[in-house]
Amino acid sequence: MRFIVCIKQVPDTTSVKIDKRTGRLIREGIPTIINPEDKNALEAALSLKEKYEGEIIVISMGPPQADEALREALAMGADRAILLTDRAFAGADTMATAYSLGSAVKKIGEYDLILCGRQAIDGDTAQVGPQLAEFLKVPQITYVSELNIEENKVVAIQELEDKRVRWEASLPALLTITSEANKPRYPSAYGIMDAYREKEVETWEKKHLDIDEERIGLEGSPTSVKRIFSPEPKGKGEIIKEEPKESAEILFNRLRAKNII
Amino acid sequence: MDFNLSSEQKAMQKLCIEFAENEIAPKAQEMDRTGEFPYEIIKKMAKLGLMGLPIPKKYGGVGTDYLTYVIALEEISKADASVGITMSAHISLPCSTLYDFGTEEQKQKWLVPLAQGKILGAFGLTEPSAGSDAGATQTTAELIDEKWVINGSKCFITNSGTDISGLVIVTAVTGKREDGRSEISNFIIPRETEGYSQGPKYAKMGWRAADTRELIFSDCKIPKENLLGDLGSGFRQFLQVLDAARISMAALSVGVAQACLDASLKYAKERIQFGRPISKFQAISFKLADMATEIELARLMYYKAAWLKDNGKPYTKEATMAKLFASEISVKCANEAVQIHGGYGFMDDFDVSRYYRDVKVNTIGEGTSEIQRIVIARQLGC
Repeated sequence: MRFIVCIKQVPDTTSVKIDKRTGRLIREGIPTIINPEDKNALEAALSLKEKYEGEIIVISMGPPQADEALREALAMGADRAILLTDRAFAGADTMATAYSLGSAVKKIGEYDLILCGRQAIDGDTAQVGPQLAEFLKVPQITYVSELNIEENKVVAIQELEDKRVRWEASLPALLTITSEANKPRYPSAYGIMDAYREKEVETWEKKHLDIDEERIGLEGSPTSVKRIFSPEPKGKGEIIKEEPKESAEILFNRLRAKNII
Repeated sequence: MDFNLSSEQKAMQKLCIEFAENEIAPKAQEMDRTGEFPYEIIKKMAKLGLMGLPIPKKYGGVGTDYLTYVIALEEISKADASVGITMSAHISLPCSTLYDFGTEEQKQKWLVPLAQGKILGAFGLTEPSAGSDAGATQTTAELIDEKWVINGSKCFITNSGTDISGLVIVTAVTGKREDGRSEISNFIIPRETEGYSQGPKYAKMGWRAADTRELIFSDCKIPKENLLGDLGSGFRQFLQVLDAARISMAALSVGVAQACLDASLKYAKERIQFGRPISKFQAISFKLADMATEIELARLMYYKAAWLKDNGKPYTKEATMAKLFASEISVKCANEAVQIHGGYGFMDDFDVSRYYRDVKVNTIGEGTSEIQRIVIARQLGC
């Protein structure tokens, strides 16, 4: 089987600080990581490979520094890593990103399953996976917390807010994986050495892909970020200190007044 | 001059930070309380290659440089010194001795399973009457009927009595030299050898989860080929091995010192007294500033010593300085950490109380501070 895993290198938001004066993220010296749920997607692929054998190809679109994220994926056990990097890809929104990734997937050729993380911790859009499936015209199952391959189809549990849904899809298909799906393995020290000394990260630029230039990068992005701001901190809550029964009644009336219940 | 770590070194460091934070730190307090050896943790570390980092691939290791290994050790020790010393006493002592002086056959037989972490190794130098004065070793080895017969005892030997301890390398007197001093040689003694036994695990002030014991050799017979390196080269071997091991003791000390600073800084920012966080008081902030400065210096010193070793340059003086300084500032940092925590620092529920007990041995093990000063002074030509 051939698995393709899409990963994104993101700033480690647990160590991101905000410049109090400008309200912007201080990016200097912030460590980067593989987007956590992309790691879950990779782990899902690694477990499937242990069961069914095959090849795992990891792709990422990003600046040359994303090499580190791909090496980490190789160290965890991926077989091949491809970095889509070109100035022409810069500034892409989710649509242009999905289109570019889709072009790379087409160049790779045959595959059985594409696994993406549910969403990235920097943009939080959860759009690239679904858009990529649309570009490739393959079935998609999002928010997957369990998956297995049975005969020539994938069976997955989709984790929704109020229910879990069991879906089946024919292969090839695309799944987006949540953090509940598994606990990603550590890259081993042996794997790290191999990733840096034995394995290659292939670099694909615009010229290597059959791609419509008007649909990539900033120019090819139909959406743009209007403004970034830190949300206002929520006001202090109110504590109702009456007897439990009375408190419940007051709370009930307040919620009803606001049409919440 | 380039202070950047390579991407590969950073990746190894990141692995150890994540592993230490997720797998070791949450268990550290409990391990300290029960003194139980961390089998599960060591098994996981072995699988990741962490028990054989600087040993070449063909001998079961990962093949990193020494700097990468000690950086990894710092991160592991930051989460727990007992796990740190288990890793360090395994890699820096028996693995390194076998790698530096073993025959190809000995390496294949012993170093491969050691570096893969399938078995743990120990190094037996210290004796009840031969501590800093290693030349006073009383354990003897006699060649009788083509077998070495070992008699004597060793004390404070780490990694010697766990369920996965596979061997100990011991120093023993094999004769007298022309100058009248003892001729010392090193021997590989497999765990199951008849006549070799280990005492119960010591009850210790710190490093409680580490497995440290007394060893007893009573007509313990080992094959002739278990002599390590040349006959009579034992003294030279352990001096060379201890030189490098000092870098790892420095890294271990820096790891715990950093843990002291991290815990103290966090606490000082949260602890409110007289209406503000105590980190805003100069009395506390200056302590933190001094700790951070000393840790930075100690780290630079052990990085430099490791760099010298990796580049094939002499490093005895720098490794010794690194060990001396790092171990002493670790004691100082732990002392300040408890002081900053006040009464809470005296409670077992707070990590700094463990750090305080764990660091003391840093100025004693693998050469006391006094011995380090003698070595440095000799290097200066005194």
